[in-house]
Amino acid sequence: MESLLTWIGDNQQMIYIVLLSIFLGVEVIGRVPSVLHTPLMSGANAIHGVVIIGAIIVMGEADPDNYSALLLGFFAVLLGTLNVVGGFVVTDRMLEMFKHKKKG
Amino acid sequence: MVSLLPLCYILGSVTFIVGLKMMSHPSTARRGNLVAASGMAVAIAGTLFLYRDGGKGLHNFGWIASGLLAGGVLGVVAARKVRMTAMPEMVSLFNGMGGACAALISLSEFRHEGMAAPFTLAGLVIGSVSFAGSMVAWGKLNGSVRDFAFRGQHFVNILLFLVLLGASIYMGIAQVPLLIYGITAGALVYGVLFVLPIGGADMPVVISLLNSFTGVAAACGGFLYHNPVMLTGGILVGSAGTILTILMCKAMNRSLLNVLIGSFGGSGSGSGGAGGAGTYREISLSDAAVVLTYAREVMVVPGYGLAVAQAQHACHELERLLSAKGVNVQYAIHPVAGRMPGHMNVLLAEADVSYDRLLEMEAANDLFSHTDVVLVLGANDVVNPAAKVDPSSPIYGMPILEVEKAKLVIVNKRSMKPGYAGIENQLFFQPKTSMLFGDAKGVLQQLIAEIKTIG
Repeated sequence: MESLLTWIGDNQQMIYIVLLSIFLGVEVIGRVPSVLHTPLMSGANAIHGVVIIGAIIVMGEADPDNYSALLLGFFAVLLGTLNVVGGFVVTDRMLEMFKHKKKG
Repeated sequence: MVSLLPLCYILGSVTFIVGLKMMSHPSTARRGNLVAASGMAVAIAGTLFLYRDGGKGLHNFGWIASGLLAGGVLGVVAARKVRMTAMPEMVSLFNGMGGACAALISLSEFRHEGMAAPFTLAGLVIGSVSFAGSMVAWGKLNGSVRDFAFRGQHFVNILLFLVLLGASIYMGIAQVPLLIYGITAGALVYGVLFVLPIGGADMPVVISLLNSFTGVAAACGGFLYHNPVMLTGGILVGSAGTILTILMCKAMNRSLLNVLIGSFGGSGSGSGGAGGAGTYREISLSDAAVVLTYAREVMVVPGYGLAVAQAQHACHELERLLSAKGVNVQYAIHPVAGRMPGHMNVLLAEADVSYDRLLEMEAANDLFSHTDVVLVLGANDVVNPAAKVDPSSPIYGMPILEVEKAKLVIVNKRSMKPGYAGIENQLFFQPKTSMLFGDAKGVLQQLIAEIKTIG
C-alpha cells in the first residue's frame, strides 16, 4: 500500500497527463462524420507511432558491442518508423482525395 | 545547460491534439494530418539530438539512422503503392508494426534493468496482442487467412487472458527472467485467438480497437521513460480509438461485446440462414442496359463487391454514360459500405465521382420511392430488409438503405451466396428484384458496352 502511494506521489504529473489525455481524446473525436472514420483511424494510427521515440532511446543507449540488443533496437526503430511514415503518408493520400472531391 | 527537448515534446503533444481535431472535419483534415506529422518530426529530431540521460547523449547513430532510413523508405513506398481498395489491410499492417515496436522496446528494456515498472510488462503484453491481432486482421482482409472458430473458444480466450494476467503479476513479484518469453508467447497467441473468429463485416471495428491498444502500449513506453509526448500521443490515440470503435459499432447498431463475441461473423451464422431461399429472377445484361437507359432516376448502391472488384472506375464511366443520356444518377452510401466506415467515399473519390452525387443514408432513403431503378453493386447486408422487419435476424435494428421502396431493383452479385453477415437476404427474392450475376467490374463493363449500342 505504501509503495503504491509513493509511486502515485512520484508520478503525480504523469497520472494527471493520462487522465486529461483520456478526456481530451474523447472530446477531440466527439462527433466525427462516418465519412471520415477511415482516414481518422489511419491518422490516429500514425500518431501512436510516437512509440518510436522509445525505440530510439533504447537503441541509443545500448552497448555498442551488445549485438543482440542492437539488433532488437534496430528492428524496433525500423518498425516504428514504418508505422509513423507509412501511417501519415497513407492518411495524406486518402485525404487528398477528399479535398479533390470537394472542388470537383 | 538548458535543453530545448521539453519544448520539442510540448510542441509534439500540441500538434497531435490540434491535428487530430482538424482531422475530424473534412475541410481541414488534410492539413491536420500534416500538422501532426510535423509535430512528430520535431519530437523525433529532438530525441535524436537533445536527449540526455545523466548528462550522456545517445550513441549508435549509425544503427539508428539505418533503422530510420530503412523504415522510412519502406513506409513511403508501401503507402504510395497500396491500392485504395487495400487501404484497410495497410492500416492494420502499420498498426501491427507499432505494436511490435512497443513490444520490442519492453523486451529490451527488461533485459537492461530488470523489472523497473509494471508498465514494461503492460507494454509488452498489449503491444504483442496488438501486433499478433493486427497481423491476423491483415491476413484476413487480404484473403490469406480464413475465419476460424472452435467450440469453447471464448472460454479458452478468457482462460488464456487470466493466465497472462496471473503470470504478469507473478513476474512483477518474483522476477523470473525466463518467464518474460513465456508471457510474450502467450500474448502473441492471445492476439491471434482474439481476432481469428471475428467475421468480415466486423473487421474495421477490430482494427480500430487494436489501434487503440497500440496507443495504450505506446503510452506504457511513456511511463517507462517519463516521456510526456509518448504519453499524450499514446493515450490520445487510445481514447480516441476507443470512441471511434464505439461510433462504428453504433453505425451498425451493435454493441462492442457483440462484435467481440462474434455473434454474426463466422461462428454464429446458424440462426440466420433458416429463412431459406425462394425463387429469384435473373435479368440479362441487355435487358438491364435497356432498363437503365430509359430510366429517369437511377440510384447506385455500391458495396463490398464493388470494392473487391476495383469497379469504381467502371462505375463512374457508367454514371457518365447514363447522365449523357439524360438519366439522373446518384449514389446511396451506407455508413459502413465498403470495407471500413467511409471507405466507399474514398473509393468513389478516387474514381473522380463528383461529391454532390453521393447521398448519405437518410437522404437516399427519402429518395428511393421516386427512384426508377436501383443498381446494387455487391452490397448485401446494408440493403437487407430483415434489419427492419425480422426481430430474430442478427442484424435486426441496423439502419439500412431501403432500396425496396424503388420501382425496380437490380442486384449485381457473384452468386446467391449470402454476404458477410452470413444471412439470407429476402430482398433478392422479391418480385421487383432482378439478379445480375457476375464480377462487378466485368458486369459494369459489359453494361457500358451494351448501353453504347442502344445509342
